Order: sequence, then structure tokens, then C-alpha cells
Amino acid sequence: MTSTTEQFADLSATTLLRFATAGSVDDGKSTLVGRLLHDSKSILTDQLEAVEAVSAQRGQDTPDLALLTDGLRAEREQGITIDVAYRYFATARRRFILADTPGHVQYTRNMVTGASTADLAVVLVDARNGVIEQTRRHAAVAALLRVPHVVLAVNKMDLVGYAEPVFAAIAEEFTAYASDLGVPEITAIPISALAGDNVVEPSANMDWYGGPTVLEHLETVPVSHDLTACPARFPVQYVIRPQSAEHPDYRGYAGQIASGVLRVGEAVTVLPSGRTSTIEGIDALGESVDIAWAPQSVTLRLKDDIDISRGDLIAPSASAPATTQDVEATVCHVADQPLAVGARVLIKHTTRTVKAIVKEIPSRLTLDDLSQHPNPGQLVANDIGRVVVRTAEPLALDAYADSRRTGSFLLIDPADGTTLAAGMAGESFASKAGPPDAAVQADEEGWDF
Amino acid sequence: MTTAAHLHTDSGSDAPYALSHLDALESEAVHIFREVAGEFEKPVVLFSGGKDSIVMLHLALKAFAPAPVPFTLLHVDTGHNFPEVLDYRDRAVAKHGLRLHVASVQEYIDAGKLRERPDGVRNPLQTVPLTEAIQSLKFDAVFGGGRRDEEKARAKERVFSLRDEFSQWDPRRQRPELWQLYNGRHAPGEHVRVFPLSNWTELDVWQYIAREKIELPEIYFAHEREVFKRGGMWLTAGEWGGAKGGETTETRLIRYRTVGDMSCTGAVDSDATTLDAVITEIAASRLTERGATRADDKLSEAAMEDRKREGYF
Repeated sequence: MTSTTEQFADLSATTLLRFATAGSVDDGKSTLVGRLLHDSKSILTDQLEAVEAVSAQRGQDTPDLALLTDGLRAEREQGITIDVAYRYFATARRRFILADTPGHVQYTRNMVTGASTADLAVVLVDARNGVIEQTRRHAAVAALLRVPHVVLAVNKMDLVGYAEPVFAAIAEEFTAYASDLGVPEITAIPISALAGDNVVEPSANMDWYGGPTVLEHLETVPVSHDLTACPARFPVQYVIRPQSAEHPDYRGYAGQIASGVLRVGEAVTVLPSGRTSTIEGIDALGESVDIAWAPQSVTLRLKDDIDISRGDLIAPSASAPATTQDVEATVCHVADQPLAVGARVLIKHTTRTVKAIVKEIPSRLTLDDLSQHPNPGQLVANDIGRVVVRTAEPLALDAYADSRRTGSFLLIDPADGTTLAAGMAGESFASKAGPPDAAVQADEEGWDF
Repeated sequence: MTTAAHLHTDSGSDAPYALSHLDALESEAVHIFREVAGEFEKPVVLFSGGKDSIVMLHLALKAFAPAPVPFTLLHVDTGHNFPEVLDYRDRAVAKHGLRLHVASVQEYIDAGKLRERPDGVRNPLQTVPLTEAIQSLKFDAVFGGGRRDEEKARAKERVFSLRDEFSQWDPRRQRPELWQLYNGRHAPGEHVRVFPLSNWTELDVWQYIAREKIELPEIYFAHEREVFKRGGMWLTAGEWGGAKGGETTETRLIRYRTVGDMSCTGAVDSDATTLDAVITEIAASRLTERGATRADDKLSEAAMEDRKREGYF
């Protein structure tokens, strides 16, 4: 009938994009985020009034939009953002979850956290300063975490006279650097967050630029491809066995498809046992389906009654991963207590948690210039380093480059349960060549940081 | 009822393997429920009969079908709950064959363990019965319907939020949460609060209710009711109290946007009698749901953080 129905139909057909921004206030990040939220009408009157009142009380002329999510007393008292803030907004085409990562405290931990679930990362640079150390650090984190899409927002174009050569030089330098690190897709956009150029509305000041605005790009960048193009992985979370009069023999394996596509009739292998069977049915939350894909939560039924429990992985027999007890990975250390060689830890990988020992810490990495420091002995908060871990039981581990979900893990302190480090199995960066000016000691096996 | 992922051929670049945002949020929440079922001994779902807890229960039912939900329910009854909501609660428990524990604020007051506040507001009084119920019944995971878009102290809350043996929340000692790896390790006596709706907005909740055709207590829809104005909000008189000198009662067309203790939950003027009308109204609203309807959050800038630190929902 009416516009109501149409509007609802539109809203329910939108897809979800998770993205991350990183950087400091100086780059105009708050202004950019504020404009995205404001222009998509996601800041409501009572929130804006509260922010205006507090800003005025502090003698600020313009409302400080960081106050919208700096909800903790300590954050307001110190005027800094301590933790990743999640913000939510929507347009007619998409729903967005923005992980806004602060640049002040625990910088690396926060950006790694925000980037871990992001489909896209926005890196901001000031057009007057160009690519600086911090920009390279942002690019390195996005590359390390394998964020599929990176947007370089060259901000404050109004302060360089909206000059195309300024933008082109920065875009070229950044694209070369990030491509060398293996970032698969980079989109550079010249903007002025303050004046509103190319954020939501196309700029009238830069007719030389024919690409999308930031919001247009966020609304149209494809997100499903990355997860479904990989081989299927299904970590079993829970076994559903009603044993009721109505369902005496139902036995289903509940989980969320971590990557790829699963079909009824497909031959599958269960790891680590190696037993094989065939998918008999897929129950997709109340509906039986023939095909399901990441990141759907479903329940699989198999033809054969084999021993499967939480922590097992179901994968197509044609593309099942190998299992291993020796894990080589890059980790970001996120706890206050250090991680030393010899430490006994728990490794949490998909739905499986096993004991492990840190055998080696071959190197620590400086994100600013990608220099590496051999054998640091231990990693402390916000360090990034390589580790070699021996596990007590085999893990069906993919390279993080192939599957973010089944190539990632946590190291946990068994004594108090603290999350010590976030790990990514395999090589750090997609590139084997290394960035042109990085102080890396290359060896025959190639560039390993 | 269509419940599986909806294939979108019209969403351009995302076809064919796209999920709608509601499917993505549903999938994420179901994953969280199943993680808890796989890793904890005795989980419980906080169930008030409000829309967020109703959506939680709906998701839990779907996550474990055709088996029953492997959790019990817990309701903290302030003694000033809307009767329509208590009716709904009891019907839902009976319909799905669930087990419900009720922690009663009134019993604590009657036993002299809690004292009524001068303003009659009982929301802050829920913390003690809640935490004592968790301790005495030895729940190790407690599902709450809190959403990060609700309030700024909630915006920094984790999906898995560790509480010490006094149920206290320390925002500075939260575990970083990466990928979909939730660390639920805890010492005996500690528990983990779990928020499956963390990434949902108020509009998502309503769209999901409409899509899944979930029944709600009738007070969420526009109806005529005798109300009086206090602190800028329309309140309903009841056992908890009513209009005082200078406050006049009138009949207005209103609905409730949130459901809590009658003494501090305000109604909004509304003619939205259907789900579609409610969704349209929320999409156009210029006020947050807590700003519009909750007196207890207006107490101070940090009202929610302070209550959460002490063990509140």
C-alpha cells in the first residue's frame, strides 16, 4: 500500500558493513565520523543537546562528537577515548557498524581489535602533511589484519586549494606502500570533512575527481565475496540432540559457517579425526535449505552417525585443511602482563581451546617502519611479534591470509583467564617483496615480516 | 514465516551470497547463544517481558531447535511491573515449557533488606536481588538484552563481560574482543554477562519483530491511558503511587517505547497501533529511547555506568 510498507521493505533488504576508522583528532577523524553520523541523521536531538551542553561547559565552540560514545567517567574526566567505540548508523542501502578506534592509549591493541572484524578500513591523512609515520602504521595494521578494502581519505583538501596534484601524489605514495604490504583494494578519495566535500555529497570544488564520495563507497563496496570465495569451514559449536518423542533420532551439529558455501550432498571430512560423511540436511534456523554460506548460523545433519563434538571442524573433503600442533604466527600482544618464551598458555581457535607452550619468539616488529628486532625474549602490551607455539592437541588451522576466521586465535593465560594475545597463523603480510624503504633483513625464504 | 537467509538478487554487487542486515545480526546472536551453551555450566536468560528480552528468547529458541532452550529464565520483579507485561511473561514461560526464577524486590523490602527510596523509583533497587540470585543459584553466564546503541556506558561494553564475585563491572579491565572469539574464562564465583544484541539498534529490534511476527505485550502499541506528567514524562498511576499535588491526570493516546518499572518508565504520545507504524515512528524519531522514556538515566551523566559497576543489567 503505502510509503510505510515500501520504507520497511527497503530497510529490511539492506546489507551490513562493518568498518573501522583509526587516527587522531588532528586528522579530522572525529569531524569525518561526526559528519557521517550527522548527515545520515544518526545523532538524535537529546544526544546532541547533551554533547553541546558538556562542550559549552568546557568552553568549546563546537560540539565535541567524541562525547557521544566516550561514556566512561574516566574518559570524560581525562578528555580522552580509552576504548574502541562502536557506532551504528544506516542509510537506505546499508546498515553500518563503525569501530572507531582511538589514537591515544593502547593504540595498537585498539586498532587491531577494530580491524579484526572490519570489511573495510578508513585511513585518514592530512593533505598538508601527506603520508607520515602514522599513516604507514595504519596501513600496516590493515594489511596485517587482512582488511579486504582500504579507503585513503585525503582530508583538508580545502587547505591545499583543492589541488589535484597534491591529492594525486599522496594517493600514489600510499597506494604503492599499501599494495606492497598486500592490501588488495585501495580507494583514495579527496575530501574536506569540515566543509563536507566528498563525504556524503560530491564536491563542487573538485570537479577533477570523478570517483565516489566516502558514503557512496561505503554503501556499494561488495562485502560478501570475501567470505564466500574461500573453501568452506564449519567449526562445530554445539550438538543438538532433542531425544524427544517428536524427534527421537535428530542429531544436528550447530555452528556458524566461518567461510565458504556448504551444499546438501557434499562429501565432508571431520577434523581432527579425519572421519568422512555426507551432508544430509542443512537447517537454517527453522527452514530446511539446500545451500548455506558464511556467515550464516545453521545446523548440519550428516548421513553417518559418527563421533563429533564441540571443537571439531567440518570441511569439504575436497578442500579440508591440514592439522598441526606447531603454529607459526604473528601475534598482537593485548595484555598488561608480558608473554615470554616458555609460557604455558591456552590457545582458543574457533570453537576449540587446547593447551600450548610458547616455544620461540623469533622477532618483534615496529609498525612505523616495519623494522624487526630478533629474539626479544618477551612481548609486552601493544607489541607485534612472531611466535612459534606447540599445541597439546592438533588444530585444523588455516593460514590467516586464506581465512580470517579459521586462521585466527587467542592466547589465554590459564591462571586468570586474561586474553594475552591475538594471533594470525602464517605469514604476516601478503607481499613477499617487502616495502621499498623498510629496514628488513631479507633472507632466502623471503620477507617474513 | 520466512526465517532463513533471504537471497537478494536486487542488491547489486553483493549478490548472490548476501545476507540482509537482519540475517547477519540474527546469525551473530545465535552464534553467541551457542558459544555460551557450549562453554558454560549454568547459563540463565534475564527475561523481563520487554521487547529486547522477548527477541533474545526468540533467538534462543531458534538457536537450539528442535531441542528446547538449554537455559532457565530469571526475572527481577520490582513489584511495580506493568500487569500486561507480567501476563506476557507467564504466557511465554508456559508456551515454551521454560523454567522461570523470580527475584522479588518487594520481598527484599518486606524483609527489611532493602529500603524504599523517597521518590518510589525501584530500578536501582534491582541490583541486590539480581546479584544475590546469580550467586545463590550459581549461574555462570547471564544473558542480558543490553544494546550498545542504548546508552554511552553500554557503547563500550563487551559481548562477553566478566563480573567479579560481587557482580561488579570494571570498564578498565575489559578483555579485548577480536574476531568472533569470545573468552569466557572465569574463576569460581565470578560470572560472565553476555549481550547477544550488542550490535542491534532499536530499529533493528523492531524490524526483526515485524519480520519474525513476534507477539509483544500490548502496551508497546498506541492505546488510551490515564497518565500524569512528572519530570517531562507521562507516567501511569499504580500501587507504586500516582499524581501528587499540582500534577493532574488526563487521558491520552500513548504507547510505551521501553518497558521497565512503572515508577520511572515514561510513555510517549503516539498513534502507532501496528508494527509498521511503530517502525515508521522510530525511524523518524529525534530522541533516543532512553532519553525519551527513562527517568533513572537522567539522574546524572554517569548514572548507567555507576549502576553497571555495581552489578546492574
